[in-house]
Amino acid sequence: MRRFARAFALAVSTFTAAVSGGSIAIAQSSPDPADWPALLEMAKGQTVYWHSWGGATDINDYIAWVGDEVAARYGVTLNHVKLSDTAEAVSTVIAEKAAGRTEGGAVDLIWINGENFASMKRQGLLIADNWAEKLPNYALADTANKPTLIYDFTVPVDGQESPWGTAQLTFYYDSAVLDTPPTSLASLADWVKANPGRFTYAAPPNFIGTTFLKQVLYGVIEDPEVLAGPVEDADFEAVAAPLWAYLEDINSHLWRSGRAYAADTSELKNLLADGEIDIAMTFNPGEASAAIRADELPGTVRSFVLDYGSMGNAHFVTIPFNANAKAGAMVVANFLLSPLAQSKKADETVWGDPTVLNLDALDPEDRALFDALDRGPATLSPDQFGETLREPDASWTEPLEAGWMRRFGAGG
Amino acid sequence: MTDTSTTVRADRGLTLKQIDIRLKGEPVIALDAHVAPGEVLTVMGPSGSGKSTLLNLIAGFLPDAFEASGQILLDGQDITHLPPERRRLGLLFQDALLFPHLSVESNLLYALPPGGSRRARCDKVRAFLDEMGMAELGARDPATLSGGQKARVALLRVLLAEPHALLLDEPFSRLDAERRAAVRAFVFDCARKRDLPVLLVTHDRDDAEAAGGAITLAG
Amino acid sequence: MLRLAPPLTLTLLIGPVLAGLIGVLALAFGYFPALGGTALSLDAFAEAMAAPGFARSAWLGYWVGLAATAIGLLVLALFLAGWWGTRPFAPIAALASPLMAVPHAATAFGLAFLIVPSGWLMRLISPWATGLDRPPDWLIVNDPAGWALLAGLVIKEMPYLLLMALAAIPQTAPAARLNAARAMGYGRVWGFLTAVFPGVYAQIRLPVYAVIAFSTSVVDMALILGPGTPPTLAVQILRWHNDPDLDMRFVAAAAAVCQLGVTAAALLTWWLGEKAVAWLGRKAITMGRRYRRDSVFRVLGFSGFAVIALTVLLGLIALFVWSVAGFWRFPDALPDRFDLMRWVERAPLFAEPVFNASLIGLAAAGGAMVLVLASLENGHRRGLTASTRALTLLYLPLIVPQIAFVFGLLILALWLGFAGQFWAVALAHLVFVTPYVYLSLADPYEALDRRYFAVARSLGKSPARVFFTIRLPLMLRPVLTAFAIGFAISIAQYLPTQLIGAGRWPTVTTEAVALAAGNDRRVIGSLALIQSLLPAIALGLAALVPALLFRHRRGMQH
Repeated sequence: MRRFARAFALAVSTFTAAVSGGSIAIAQSSPDPADWPALLEMAKGQTVYWHSWGGATDINDYIAWVGDEVAARYGVTLNHVKLSDTAEAVSTVIAEKAAGRTEGGAVDLIWINGENFASMKRQGLLIADNWAEKLPNYALADTANKPTLIYDFTVPVDGQESPWGTAQLTFYYDSAVLDTPPTSLASLADWVKANPGRFTYAAPPNFIGTTFLKQVLYGVIEDPEVLAGPVEDADFEAVAAPLWAYLEDINSHLWRSGRAYAADTSELKNLLADGEIDIAMTFNPGEASAAIRADELPGTVRSFVLDYGSMGNAHFVTIPFNANAKAGAMVVANFLLSPLAQSKKADETVWGDPTVLNLDALDPEDRALFDALDRGPATLSPDQFGETLREPDASWTEPLEAGWMRRFGAGG
Repeated sequence: MTDTSTTVRADRGLTLKQIDIRLKGEPVIALDAHVAPGEVLTVMGPSGSGKSTLLNLIAGFLPDAFEASGQILLDGQDITHLPPERRRLGLLFQDALLFPHLSVESNLLYALPPGGSRRARCDKVRAFLDEMGMAELGARDPATLSGGQKARVALLRVLLAEPHALLLDEPFSRLDAERRAAVRAFVFDCARKRDLPVLLVTHDRDDAEAAGGAITLAG
Repeated sequence: MLRLAPPLTLTLLIGPVLAGLIGVLALAFGYFPALGGTALSLDAFAEAMAAPGFARSAWLGYWVGLAATAIGLLVLALFLAGWWGTRPFAPIAALASPLMAVPHAATAFGLAFLIVPSGWLMRLISPWATGLDRPPDWLIVNDPAGWALLAGLVIKEMPYLLLMALAAIPQTAPAARLNAARAMGYGRVWGFLTAVFPGVYAQIRLPVYAVIAFSTSVVDMALILGPGTPPTLAVQILRWHNDPDLDMRFVAAAAAVCQLGVTAAALLTWWLGEKAVAWLGRKAITMGRRYRRDSVFRVLGFSGFAVIALTVLLGLIALFVWSVAGFWRFPDALPDRFDLMRWVERAPLFAEPVFNASLIGLAAAGGAMVLVLASLENGHRRGLTASTRALTLLYLPLIVPQIAFVFGLLILALWLGFAGQFWAVALAHLVFVTPYVYLSLADPYEALDRRYFAVARSLGKSPARVFFTIRLPLMLRPVLTAFAIGFAISIAQYLPTQLIGAGRWPTVTTEAVALAAGNDRRVIGSLALIQSLLPAIALGLAALVPALLFRHRRGMQH
């Protein structure tokens, strides 16, 4: 065994040395978005492979539309590589780095945020320069009022990814079944106990599941300030104890008596549509309305948020260090920030994902694009959203997920 | 090579010179014989006596597991190491083994040596069928023929390939008593008319006697 | 040239598996410079095993894999014993091949659409029979013990075993043996089980081992039907591999090595079980009991297979209904309206994945066919039989769990700069396709009467000529069937397509998996159907073409 490993090690290092030896000599800096006309010239004719989650037809259709637009406007060919998990793209970049492939990589653009971004940034798998803030359309982004655009799960973005959309934890229910949804943590717990089997959440480490843990944690914690710092500075067990107590309290009254959980937001949606549960949650405030249009949910579905605010964050696109078509990828990232692309994305008949732009700073005609959008019956208006709770420091995620796994996820 | 060909008898016919086949050192069968044109040599023996192995050797299909020594001469030419397709031997088994994916006519065309236009070849095959009194069988599916018909077509197929000798491996054993005599006579007649040396392998005394030639016991 | 075929085939199949394993081993023992691992250590193993639920995850794969194989084989044995050679047997057994063509994910989705508490079965009997207007809170799918996964594996693998058994039976002189046993007064079922089945089992042993290996390490079916808290080890490996914390790659690799151990343990257990059953069987035979009253077992065998076939078929129908469903509220038996336009609208989206999948499938199955035919023809000419020991190594890609080496394979492909290229994807598929093609062709190749070729050679034809004019036409049906099976295997590949193809070759399967992540049942329904349709077309053609070509040749119709 050890001999195999050593042989492999030798082979890896020899090969890596050979490849990197060659590439240092031609170590090219990435294209500079500050010189935009030159970058556009460089991008023309490039093919961009955009690796992104492909689980929703409406999003896939939107990305296809983006492809048509950038082809017509900038001569960039966009290929959507549909993933079931963003980590697949991360894996590809890691494997390429392992194989010494420092240029000509397979991944040009990734839809990303949170831990995947933190991880790639830490491992040096991204373009290290601050390219995103130099994109012409970046000036339109609402960085002043949306701190989530600057700190992705509290990790400084540093211009290594470009904002694309925002998200806010939103609950929804079928008003034909449930009159008044519980809007406080205490009333939610009472409601769950009074209606056994009618509530569940997604099992962490699924994104929405972990977010629900954080949402509850915010509601039961004494001093939310500790969440802004690294978990090492806090007494995790003490801080998390009321969270576990809350979950233990409702667990046996959950759907399937807490012996199984939903996989993700889309399963929650199906469960609500089938009448298995009465309350579901999502990160996309427009999702319920879009689902009504797509026949996935009954027209009587409505949304609500908990009374102490809700978890919010942003999602981004980023470019790996070894991307083959960096200029093309930047052109796409910039187009995604344009008022046209952002308003189309915010359109619930298209996708319904909230914009990252500062609407007040837009030209009147750009602003009109947004004003023309209709909100579906299940979409909350901005003033109904309440406070945005910021993501805890990224270091909290792992202990929260592990703690949940130990208590609820390891089977009985 | 030239050495042997000069020392060899230039006789026509099939000559088996000191054939000795062994399997892992154990003798399987040994034979030293000459079959003149138009004559039949019968090798008789129970199953397992190695007589089929002998045919395999002569035809060029001896499995690698066997070791063989000796020489096989056909019309004076040493064919011991020739590939099967260049030995010019006609093989008949107890099953007719007509290719089931081809019509009777195509089976015969398959055997006809290359050359001539498609039309000329077809005419030749049809004429031959006609000559043998089987003209109506040409378009048939081999699977629909009777046992006797199959056996005859199999012989025609062998003859069309213009062999210089016939090797018969229990060729009549699947036929019922009535047809057996008729087919047997047909085969031996054809062979005699064409002056072909015939090596017959059988366990059946009737066949051996009907062949009318020398009989060697195997095993 | 031909002499090189067997070593070339082995190299092409074994090389990638070994390279992949070495890569995974290096990672598992902590060596991976790109992630900062430069010293060998056992830390990753320690971390994997300390993870909550690890032992349970490992146990899940082990028991579900073994139980699925055992149940599948039991149903197969009873069905054959009770019904082989009877009038209803042939038409019913003919279902095996189309059932086998339904890909794993499609089977799993179909089953889930049926049996969840809000599934079609419950909708069909509610509320009139159950009084329910809300789905009951029953834990059926994703249950912690893995029963739903077990059911899915049984309905997927039993038809495959049946197909293999059908191919093997004729070589065991079944009628003669069964008649002999019955003439001695043995009941039909017991007579078959003692006189015929041992011979059949000996022939399908390798496929059975492949089923065990597959079932202990399956990913896609376990994601859909299996438990989540904790999941099976194979799913856990994928989760760790996809963890944003890149250090978890080491843990994932260590777990992959553990998965090898789980699969090996299951195989070992099975092997011991074989011994035990054989010993018990011999003991029972000594007693000479006839077991003539066996109608219960005949009914069991029949209903077992009938339930399996019906479940898969109903599942496919459920997939179709969902693919055209408007809003579908529980407990309505059918959606409030049907929207056939959805298929028309999505047709352009399906074009590229269908085209890519077909192209890769044709290339992989074609390549595998050339390798296998060349190897078999080489064996034929040299008088070697198919049981030549070296070629049993061909089964390695079926016995080693895919999840344990495919990531290592990816690194190899990247190293060599192959990733993302069409032929690299086709080559990766070849690794998984070739064993099945070999498995389907080896027996028919041996079964053909060698004297046909002796006759043809003696008629003056070269070996190559004989191969193309006699061998191939005579074997057209098994060759096309093997090709179609290879094609079906290729269509179903997910990991090799997505990883080695670097996402540049989207196929119906990568598309289905990506969209399945979104749980949109309408899209899942249509993609799973298309995914099933491609292999079904291939298998249909494989049956139709020889039947048409040889419709006037009775000797070619079996």
